[in-house]
Amino acid sequence: MEATANVLTKIDPMRQFTIEPIAPLHLGPYDISLTTSASWMLFALACISAFMILGMKRELVPGRWQMAVEGLTGFIDDMVDVNIGPEGRKFVPYIFALFTFILVSNLAGLLPLAIIPGLHAFTTTSQFSITGALAVLSFSIVLIVGFWRHGLHFFSLFVPHGTPLIMVPLIAPIEVISFMVRPFSLGLRLFVAMIAGHILMDVFGSFIVSGFNTGGIGWGIGILSFLFIIFVVALELLMCVIQAYVFALLTTLYLNDAINLH
Amino acid sequence: MPQITQLSDVLVSQLFWLAIVFGFIFVGIGRGILPKIRSAVVARDEQVAKDLRQAQEARAEAEATEREWAASMDEARREAARIAQNAAQESARHTDDLIREALEEIDARVERARLRIRSAVEAARLQMEDVTVQAAQEMVEQLTGLKIDERDAAKAVATEIEIEQDAVQNERGLSLETKPKQKASIAG
Repeated sequence: MEATANVLTKIDPMRQFTIEPIAPLHLGPYDISLTTSASWMLFALACISAFMILGMKRELVPGRWQMAVEGLTGFIDDMVDVNIGPEGRKFVPYIFALFTFILVSNLAGLLPLAIIPGLHAFTTTSQFSITGALAVLSFSIVLIVGFWRHGLHFFSLFVPHGTPLIMVPLIAPIEVISFMVRPFSLGLRLFVAMIAGHILMDVFGSFIVSGFNTGGIGWGIGILSFLFIIFVVALELLMCVIQAYVFALLTTLYLNDAINLH
Repeated sequence: MPQITQLSDVLVSQLFWLAIVFGFIFVGIGRGILPKIRSAVVARDEQVAKDLRQAQEARAEAEATEREWAASMDEARREAARIAQNAAQESARHTDDLIREALEEIDARVERARLRIRSAVEAARLQMEDVTVQAAQEMVEQLTGLKIDERDAAKAVATEIEIEQDAVQNERGLSLETKPKQKASIAG
């Protein structure tokens, strides 16, 4: 943070994940300061709200924007319908919120704002406090729905249909472990994908800078790194969409387990 | 790794803002806006389905009308053909009548002419017979000096002419001009 003097030689690829306070705020003993992370979450909320409200004209013949909004809602509807069925209808708002929040947060982190001095994009989904919270939330909903609908019968989820009785003592612990791992895999997958992509871009970005500063053969390295980083950014854009989709899809699949127990 | 080193400092703030943002998206957008958009989509789908149904009905109706039209057109065509046929028959009959009348007229005239010819021929024959009888009397008188009674001569001539006429009739010759000459030569 204090390394303004020799920033070019001391590029720290992890620094971009540092949360900095903007406005200190306290609620009792708790520090709820507005931070860079919080402001980027609010930015995502603003983007999603604007996107949805502008597409809410509800015209009989939709315009382009309305088509885009209806395409998104139709996509979520279809995903829930296919994976859960008609009973999944009431989970559409939750899946929608998950998908849009993760998608917009991922994409916002790729905005090339660093060319404006004093600004840089921040990826809220590269914080495991955020992805972990979302994963725990999804997992909690699965547990609550499962026990609400099936009571203790929900435990039969750990004995797959058609398991021979003799195999139950072996299968059940494996199933329990795989079930308990779900929130971790859900949260870590998104967190790791985001952090890895951003570190990769940062590292190759620093290669460009130091390469061109060195001169000579460094120019070659700089050009190669530049070409490579274009490819990496394209891949990251794809990754942003895929990770949001995977998170939402896995949540619907887990919910399906809880609702339609075998 | 700032995510770990900062965790205890920022966790509450992170969760707090996440709850606000995510809660807003879930409640305000997911539960507020989403159903409205979906109902608009459903309304449109229903409208489209209704329009399609109406279009289908209209099409069926149009097809029925066209079938009716074709049927009435066929009927009219049949009627027209029937009327045309009747008219043609009527006209043909009329023509036949005219032709028949004309033919009858022609036949009558021909018949009258034939009767005139026959009577003329008959008159000529009778005259010719008289002449022939006289000639026969004279010829016999000159040749033999016998005076033949006119009645005997007439009988002989009549017999000759009858034979001759039979022959002529057998030949179907109508011309009677040559007969007297032949008779004359036979008589001679």
